[in-house]
Order: sequence, then C-alpha cells, then structure tokens
Amino acid sequence: MAHAYTPGLKVTDRMLITKRRVLPLKGEVVVKVGDKVEPDTVVARTHLPGNVEPVNVANILGVPPEDVPDCMVKKAGEAVEEGEVIAKTKSFFGLFTSTCKAKISGSIENVSSITGQVLLRGAPMPVEVKAYLRGEVTEIFPEEGVEVKTWGSFVQGIFGIGGETFGEVKMVSPDNKTVLTDKEIDESCRGKVVVGGSLVTAGAIKKAIAVGARGVVVGGFDDQDLRDFLGHDLGVAITGSEELGVTLVVTEGFGEMMMAERTFDLLKSKEGQLACINGATQIRAGVIRPEVVILLEGDISQLEMAEAAENPGLTVGSTVRVIRQPYFGRLGNVSDLPSPLQELESESHARVLEVEFENGEKAIIPRANVEMLEE
Amino acid sequence: MKEIKPEDINVILATDCGSTTTKAILIEKRDGEYRLIVRGEAPTTVEAPSEDVTMGVLNAVGEVEELSGRKLLDESGKIIKPTSSNVGSDIYISTSSAGGGLQMMVAGVVRSMTAESAERAALGAGAIVMDVIASNDKRLPHQQIERIRYLRPDMILLSGGIDGGTTTHVVELGELISAADPKPRLGTGYQLPVIYAGNIEARKAIKETLDGKVSLDIVENIRPVLERENLLPAREKIHDLFMEHVMAQAPGYRKLLTWTDAPIMPTPGAVGMIMKRIADEEGIEVVGVDIGGATTDIFSVFQGVFNRTVSANLGMSYSVSNVFAETGLPNVMRWVPFDMDERDLRNRIKNKMIRPTTIPQMLEELIFEQAIAKEALRLAFIQHKSFATVLKGIQQQRTIADAFEQTVSGQTLVNMMSLDMLIGSGGVLSHAPRRQQAAMMLIDGFLPEGVTRLAVDSIFMMPQLGVLSEVHPQAAVEVFKKDCLIHLGTCVAPAGEGKEGKDMLGYRIELPTGQIAEGKLRYGEIKLIPLGSDEKDLPLKAEAVLDPERGFDIGRGKGSKWELELSGGVVGIVLDGRGRPFKLPTEPSERVRKLKEWMTELDAYPQKALEKS
Repeated sequence: MAHAYTPGLKVTDRMLITKRRVLPLKGEVVVKVGDKVEPDTVVARTHLPGNVEPVNVANILGVPPEDVPDCMVKKAGEAVEEGEVIAKTKSFFGLFTSTCKAKISGSIENVSSITGQVLLRGAPMPVEVKAYLRGEVTEIFPEEGVEVKTWGSFVQGIFGIGGETFGEVKMVSPDNKTVLTDKEIDESCRGKVVVGGSLVTAGAIKKAIAVGARGVVVGGFDDQDLRDFLGHDLGVAITGSEELGVTLVVTEGFGEMMMAERTFDLLKSKEGQLACINGATQIRAGVIRPEVVILLEGDISQLEMAEAAENPGLTVGSTVRVIRQPYFGRLGNVSDLPSPLQELESESHARVLEVEFENGEKAIIPRANVEMLEE
Repeated sequence: MKEIKPEDINVILATDCGSTTTKAILIEKRDGEYRLIVRGEAPTTVEAPSEDVTMGVLNAVGEVEELSGRKLLDESGKIIKPTSSNVGSDIYISTSSAGGGLQMMVAGVVRSMTAESAERAALGAGAIVMDVIASNDKRLPHQQIERIRYLRPDMILLSGGIDGGTTTHVVELGELISAADPKPRLGTGYQLPVIYAGNIEARKAIKETLDGKVSLDIVENIRPVLERENLLPAREKIHDLFMEHVMAQAPGYRKLLTWTDAPIMPTPGAVGMIMKRIADEEGIEVVGVDIGGATTDIFSVFQGVFNRTVSANLGMSYSVSNVFAETGLPNVMRWVPFDMDERDLRNRIKNKMIRPTTIPQMLEELIFEQAIAKEALRLAFIQHKSFATVLKGIQQQRTIADAFEQTVSGQTLVNMMSLDMLIGSGGVLSHAPRRQQAAMMLIDGFLPEGVTRLAVDSIFMMPQLGVLSEVHPQAAVEVFKKDCLIHLGTCVAPAGEGKEGKDMLGYRIELPTGQIAEGKLRYGEIKLIPLGSDEKDLPLKAEAVLDPERGFDIGRGKGSKWELELSGGVVGIVLDGRGRPFKLPTEPSERVRKLKEWMTELDAYPQKALEKS
C-alpha cells in the first residue's frame, strides 16, 4: 500500500478552523450567518422526546387487556400530570372504583388492547448546542445547526478524556521534560487550561479538579493513574463523555513522554490566550483525536494558503517521531527509504526506513512505527 | 443481474471491502481446475476524503491487473465482462464489512430461547449484535426503550413466541420498539427496517403496532416449535435488507451494486457460508477464527449445525487493552518466558491501542503480543462455547441409560475431541513470522483434544470464496482446498491428567520417506515430528498408530488404540503431552522452564529470545 506510515498529529501555529455544530435531531437554529459567537453561545436548540413509562393498566385495574381502551379516562395524545387518574373501572353497581394514576407528567402515547399497557411519554428534554469556539457563523444548516469558523493555533493530541471546555492557557511546567505534580497546581489555575511537560501525576489531576482548572494538556499519562482516575480499566479508546471535572489532552502517549518541543513552545507562546479544548477520542474507523484550539484574531475571509499544499507523504528528510519501542518518542529525520521488505529483530518482514536522530545516531525502523510531524 | 451458467465461468474476480483494506482476488480455470492466480489490495475508500467505496475496489483490481497481466478495467474504469482471451472477467462478486459492517439489535420473549434464536440468526447472517432485548432480561421497559433509541442499529430482528404461543409478550416488545421510535444509523431519508419473525398469530397486532413507524417485513417464525429453529428465512431477509437499506446508504455502494453479479454479502456471513459448505462436503467438524484489530469472530460447525459468535471487544489493536482488562495481567504473563515490568507493560498496551497500526520490532514485544493473542482466542472461544449449544428449554426424553448423566438442555455443541479442523486467520495468526508461532497460538488458545488438523487462511480469502460458493460452489471448494489454506499440520493431544514425565501415549508414524518415527510421549512434553507438504503445497500423509496409556483418550475412548492417517504441513505433527484439562505449572521458575522447553521443541522463536532470563 502506498502509505505504510501513520500520518502524524497536526501541530500548527495558524490555520482556519471550521467546526460543524449540529443537533442530534432536528430543531431550531438561533443564530445567523455573520454572527460573532463566543464558546458558550447557544447556536441551536431542540427538544428530545421525553422518556417513556409503560403502565400495565390491565393488571392495575384487574381487567382483561381488551377492556383497557374503555376504561381510559384520558385518551391517546392527551396531556396528563403526575398522579392524575388515567383509567378507572367501576364494579358492583358503581360502588367500588379501581383507578390507575400517571407515574409521570407528560402525555398518553399509546393504549394497547392486546397487552393492556399504556405508554406515557414524559415531558420533552431540552438540548442545546454551543458554538465551542470564538468565531463567526459562516453557514446555517436549516433545523440542524451551523458552521463556525475561526483562525487559531491547533494542536492535535493522541488521547484525551472529558468533553469540550475552554479557558486561558497557563504554563505550569518550566519545560517539556518536567513532570507535572500537584505542587505546581494552585488557586491561580482556576478556570485555566494548564500545560505540563512529560507526565501528569494522578495527584496533579486531582488537585486540578479541586481548584477548578478547566483542562490539562500534557505529554504523557500513566495507565495505572488513568485506571485509578476513571475507576475502571479503559478497554476501548472511545472517550469524551466522562464527567470528571476536568478535560485531559495527552499529546504524546502513555508513560512519561516529553511533550514535542514544538508543541510545548507553541503553547508557551500563547500563554494567557483563550484555548478551547476537547478530550473526545475515538480510535476506530472515523478517528477522532483530542484537540487544543487557541483562538487568534483574523479575518476568516482570508484564504488559507498552507492548506492547499498537498501532503507529499514520507520522503527523505521528513521529520518523524518513533511511536513504538525500542526508540519510542524519539524524533529524527528520514535518511533513507529502502523499498524491499526487510527482516526485523522479531523476524517479521516489513517495509522500513532509516532515521537519523538528533544526536546523529541512525536506526532502521518499520515504517508502520513512525508518524510524520505535520504542520 | 444476468444469469450465467457455471460452465461458462472461467475467470472470476472477487473483492472484499473491509473496514480498512479492500482485497481483490483473481481466480482462473486452468487445466480443468480453478486456482487462485493473484491477489491485490488497496485502502478502503468509504470515508472522507474519497467517500466512494468503488475507488478502493478499482485500486485493488488495478493491482490484480498489474500482477496478473490480465486487463480487467476498461478506459472508463469499468470492469470488463465477459472475458475474451486475456481480457476481462466472467463474473465479479463482492462482500463488505466497510462502514462498520451490519449492526443489528434483536429482540425475543425469553432470553435463552427465542431471543437467542434471533441472535443466532443475526450473527449467522454476518451482523454485529449490538444488544439483545428480551422480556426477561431484567431491565425495566424504559431502560430497554432508552437502549433501542441510543444504539441506532441498522435494523432490528423481532421474534418471540412459538406459533400459537404467547402473543402479549411479543406485542409488548413491538410496543417498546414503537415507543423508542428508532432511527437508522446511516442516512435520514428512510425508515428503520424491522423484521418480524415470531409467532404467526401475533402478526396482525405487530403490524398494527409498528406500521408507519418503521419499515416492517414479516417472515416465517424462527422458532415455530420449541424443538426446532428455522433461521434461514430470517437470515435471507437480513441479507436482502442489508443490500437494500444499509449498503445503499454507504458511499459508492449504489454504483458497486450495479457491478456485481451476485448480491453483496456481509463479510462474516460469507465466511460462514464457505465453512459450512466445506464441513458438509467433507463430513467434518470445523472451528474457524478470525482475530482482527477490534473483534474476534469464531465460526463452528458441529453435528452439522453452524454457529458464529463475534466477541466485539477482543482484538489485537483497537481492543488490545480490553483483552488485557478482561483476562488480567497474570493470565497474559503466564505465556511469556521472561519478566516484564507491569507499569511499563500497561503503558505499552495502551500505546498500541492509541496507535493501532504499529508492529512489534523487538522479539520480546512479539512474544508478548502473541501471549495476548492466546488470551483473546481463549476468551472468545469461551463465549462461543456458551453460545453454540443445543436448543434450550426443551424437554428431553431420557432412557434408563441416561439416568445417571447429569445433563441439562442447552449443552454446548462444541466438542474438542470430535473437532477435525481448526482454521485461524487474522494478522497475528496469518503474519506470524514463524508458522510454528501460529500453531502454538491455536493450540494454546483453543486447547484441541485428540487429533486435530491445523491451518491458517493466510490472505483471508474465505469471504470471497463464501460468496462465490453461492454462484459457483465447485470453484469455491476447489480454490478453498488448494489455495486458501496453509496447512500447518496436526495436533495430537491425549485428553487426561497424569504425572510429569510419565508415559501417556505410544506412537508409531510411518513417514512418506519410509522413515518411522516411533516412541513414547511423556506427560508434560511436546514433540514435533516433521511431515511437510508435497510439491503442490498439499499436506503429506503418514500412517500412524496411536496407543494411549490407561486413563488417556485420543478419540477412541480411554486407553483405546487408533490406527489412522495423519496430515502434515509447514509445521508437522505436534504431539502435545500437556494433558487436558491443561494446566501450566504454578511455580514461576518451573513455568518458565516448561515454556522454554516447548518453544524450543517447536522452534517457535530464535534461541536468543529464550535465553533471556
């Protein structure tokens, strides 16, 4: 196959960022094209149908299912309040009355003469979609949502937990090699997106939650800590819906891993600026990676020049990062791309490349085990 | 689709559009027999930026064209049909699991009866079963409704009640589906297909309950009487709807549908089809496994009954972390003959999960990955055994002979002693650097008993052959036998327990060279007797006499001798004296010593890897 390498994660100083913000089902769009929006501006809202509560009326009244429609005081489609009588029977010349009351407020959805069940539909639940970014609405999808565009710096992470949030960038580690511990987290981190170096400890995450930090961006995270943090072993990398009080974006991988210098320097240069982050990760077909977007001022009608350049793929001179042992995490430049398959230490045959590390040392690595650093 | 006579088919082009790669094979009739000529592959193009599955198909066919020298595509990029001399193909067929395959929910009244039959029908058709809703699944109705609404399946199979049985419960299930008002996963412009295959007396009520809310199809009851399943009509309907609704929504499939000469089948459904055909034709019992990155599929045919299970979160890349979470570190490490740091290992596994396409460069990583594979296979097979059972809930007639047997209905059909053939596929098995490693993973993962042939499907051709078996059974069977499988050899594993070092099996094997391998297999050891393949890559045969000691069974009863023919392959005959049930030594240094001894006997890894303490 043409691309036997992993296209890398994007880290770029300036790009035009486009986000589709759509409802899970049809509703109302509440902004218009050209509107300026903030991350927490509501752009569309709708109501999800309420929960359904089945009531076995036949059992409660002690009548056969086919008699249930005749016992109904409320008919299908009518609104009911919690505790209101929805069906009743009279027996013994009307002296004894059995009644059946609604367990929830809502409406009668269906009355069945076969099962004797009545379905109550609860009140609709409101759902809102926010802009997530500070930017401009550039397109409306009627009844569905909008497209928001903005200029920003963009850092794609490898793994994250927690959903969308935003806050000012605050550097808490002095460099990309330092481990972020609870000592570096204090009250000044409240409402901020804090940036660490090579690893964040479980203690630091807990402290970040305690002081009310919005997010943590860091090079590595220990799996043992992840398990303690989530309360279970993560089996499949599908995240984003956790509600742990903070969003975590890991840029390099599991274990202590220096944040790529370029990523760290970029974040450092944006200290104090507004960052929108999302930890949602899905590693399946249709990959979703976590992200950090730092908003920039700029006219969104400006043409995006860099985007037009096509990714030439892996070539001699490309900067790559090794993503598996024995050289995991090391950066270097491709110095040769031999085409025949080569035998590895594991005796597997694979397409390889030669990489020259920053210290001049060279190594042969399977192409599948490197990723390109993309700008 | 035009009818073509099987005798007019000389060139066959077949593709399988997988979730990551599209694989094309070219089969030609040469000297009166159908053989695989070449294969090609290209990335699947269902997702952005291409969003057209046919591009991947054309790329894969393009590779086949290049390798075979046969022109298959015309200037406008269409497949040339029929053939003329060295141009074109007579038929083109395809399977697909792209875009997440076929994802279904099933519902039935009793979890272990009609709901299980519905699950079997859906799995057999090649679906991923997202959830099974049953009247007695212990969830409250609103929880079931929430689940249906949340999961957004491609279609729902609703069953329940034998003919003339319960109506109320079945209609209740219908009401749940109606209340959930489910939306299909792909596309918005159509209603969710629901197949009703339950009590015929509830049909009218089901129609009234569901009509207008979903696209309802009614087929014969999958469990007309308690004692019998009738899965075929439901399976066929699933295949039809898969084509009409699900596939038609995926990008480019409408075009692909116009190219093929037979309906596009879900990949696992097609694999099941070829396995069943082979088992029927040869009268053998078969287990097949496909261990992928995200899921592990197991297929079996025992007593003529086909079963398939999908272990959705047992796999070698996307789900590798889940295998680890389910089995636990000690179970994985028991297969590794050296120590590794737990913290480091946990991080390595997670890094594989988040970067699933990487491959082990170092030997220790390979050994560790194969240890995980053994556990994934073991766990998936446990699930399979509990699902592939005789029908549950049936009154059994007992004779006096059964009086002392504590059997219940719902026993597993899987019988490792009567199993004839174990077939593995999927990257970790097919691409193991040494075939001995694949044999070890199959033996340790499945623990076959008695005499069992082992094979791997190295290029995973079974899907294409499955759909071909519907159009041209002869070609499918011929290619399966000659080109699909790489025969590893035979595992001979006496069942029974004994003491380390004690004799358990006498053997005399007459090799085709005239040499005789003769001796005693002792408890706790593995012996490898080389017996390869002929010039056509078909396994060599050897006459053998296997004479188990008292208390050990090789397939003819405890202590009973068996004269038979053993099949060879790239590995040979593995005499596995580790006993069944199999137990690894619990003392760590003894366990490591034994692992190294077995690995050395099979020459499974380079010696330097085993010398590491």
